[in-house]
Amino acid sequence: MTAWAAVFRRELRLLWRHRSSLSQPLVFFALVCVLGPLGVDPGPTLLAAMAPAMLWLALLLASLLTLDRILRADVESGVMDQLLLSPLPLWMTVLAKSLAHYLAVGGVFVLAAPVAAVVLGAPAGSLPVICASVALGALSLTMLGTVGAALTVGQHNAGALLAILLLPLYVPVLIFGAGAIHAAGQGLPAAGPLYLLAAMAVLHLTIAPPAAAAALRIAYD
Amino acid sequence: MANWVWFHRLASPPSFYRTAGRLQWWFGVPAALLMAYGLFGGLVLAPADYQQGEAFRIIYVHVPSAWLSLFVYTSMAVAGGVALIWRMKLAEVYVVAAAPLGASFTALALITGMLWGKPMWGTYWVWDARLTSELILLFLYFGVMALAGAWDDPRRGARAASVLAVVGVINVPIVHYSVEWWNSLHQGPTVTKFDQPSIAAEMLWPLLAMALGFTLYFAAVQCTRMRAELVDRERDARWLKQAWGQG
Repeated sequence: MTAWAAVFRRELRLLWRHRSSLSQPLVFFALVCVLGPLGVDPGPTLLAAMAPAMLWLALLLASLLTLDRILRADVESGVMDQLLLSPLPLWMTVLAKSLAHYLAVGGVFVLAAPVAAVVLGAPAGSLPVICASVALGALSLTMLGTVGAALTVGQHNAGALLAILLLPLYVPVLIFGAGAIHAAGQGLPAAGPLYLLAAMAVLHLTIAPPAAAAALRIAYD
Repeated sequence: MANWVWFHRLASPPSFYRTAGRLQWWFGVPAALLMAYGLFGGLVLAPADYQQGEAFRIIYVHVPSAWLSLFVYTSMAVAGGVALIWRMKLAEVYVVAAAPLGASFTALALITGMLWGKPMWGTYWVWDARLTSELILLFLYFGVMALAGAWDDPRRGARAASVLAVVGVINVPIVHYSVEWWNSLHQGPTVTKFDQPSIAAEMLWPLLAMALGFTLYFAAVQCTRMRAELVDRERDARWLKQAWGQG
């Protein structure tokens, strides 16, 4: 457990020291949210109808950009070799790294999403639902993303490949995340999609660490 | 104790290479016969549908392709699991060889569905739940193919593709039901489902023959593709040179 905590703390410290790995995806997220209305007629009705979709699309794309750092730096610097040799099971290591990543990246996006939603014309009453959907959805995105990052860690230019692998798997998160915001915007109860997001987060939290560990071992065989 | 010797024998590349060389004919010839009967029965003998006219005949290609698009992905995931747990070389070869076939069946199901949709619905594409999840399945196949091809070492590529197939198959039902939920929330049924009349026997038998024929066709082509993949991977192995008579 102390080893697990050490990996977890190290990851958080690394994230803090490389703050640009958080701020750059954040700026990217803001830019996508800004460019969306520029492409359509920014009237309030159309914008409010599209806001949940734009918000979540921006989130999916921004989270794709953050994934490469979870494993690649450690693999390239050789830290991963040491972690593989340590008695801590590999899936626990992966879990520690991805949870720390989720806390930092998910936290940043939970704070940013309501601002973007207000700019895009979402009603103020839906802000708690927006925060909840982003917090729950980002956990699924991070966990699936860790599997994708582990599968492509042996590739030098993994960006497009990562998107091809992950975006089809992100579909349910997009549907329920945007669905929750949509329902809240119309004053309907949003608990249903939020529960489903939570259920998916639990599922991915369970299957992703062993899958990512298996994927990581392929690169080291 | 069950006798597993045949299984271990089949799992070794040299004996699989020999067996599959015979099996491809044992699968392929019945597939050709069944499809010939199915096409003749479906396109010529079966009467036109009282609602859809002649256009319904596309189901003789559409339904078997859609069935195989799901069957092939599931079989890939099972083979992927076997490849990861028992590190069986042949299971890896199965995953790599099956992915383009499954993608072709998925594309065929989508294209025939669109061709049918134009006269029936008045448009090639609607964001119907089934259409959308089939399209996402196509992209899942593309992901497996891209990942398998991205590695210099084909064994690593195949094992990475196996992991993806297993993770994908867990998510396929979630994707399917989420798309259904999305569709029912956002738009009412644009297409009123025809109250499915129980299908007439002279329409049904050709359809079943086509479904079985397509499955056997997949099995035959899969045998051929796995043999080709084995030749590519084991090109320096002695058993291969012996099999080709250049010992």
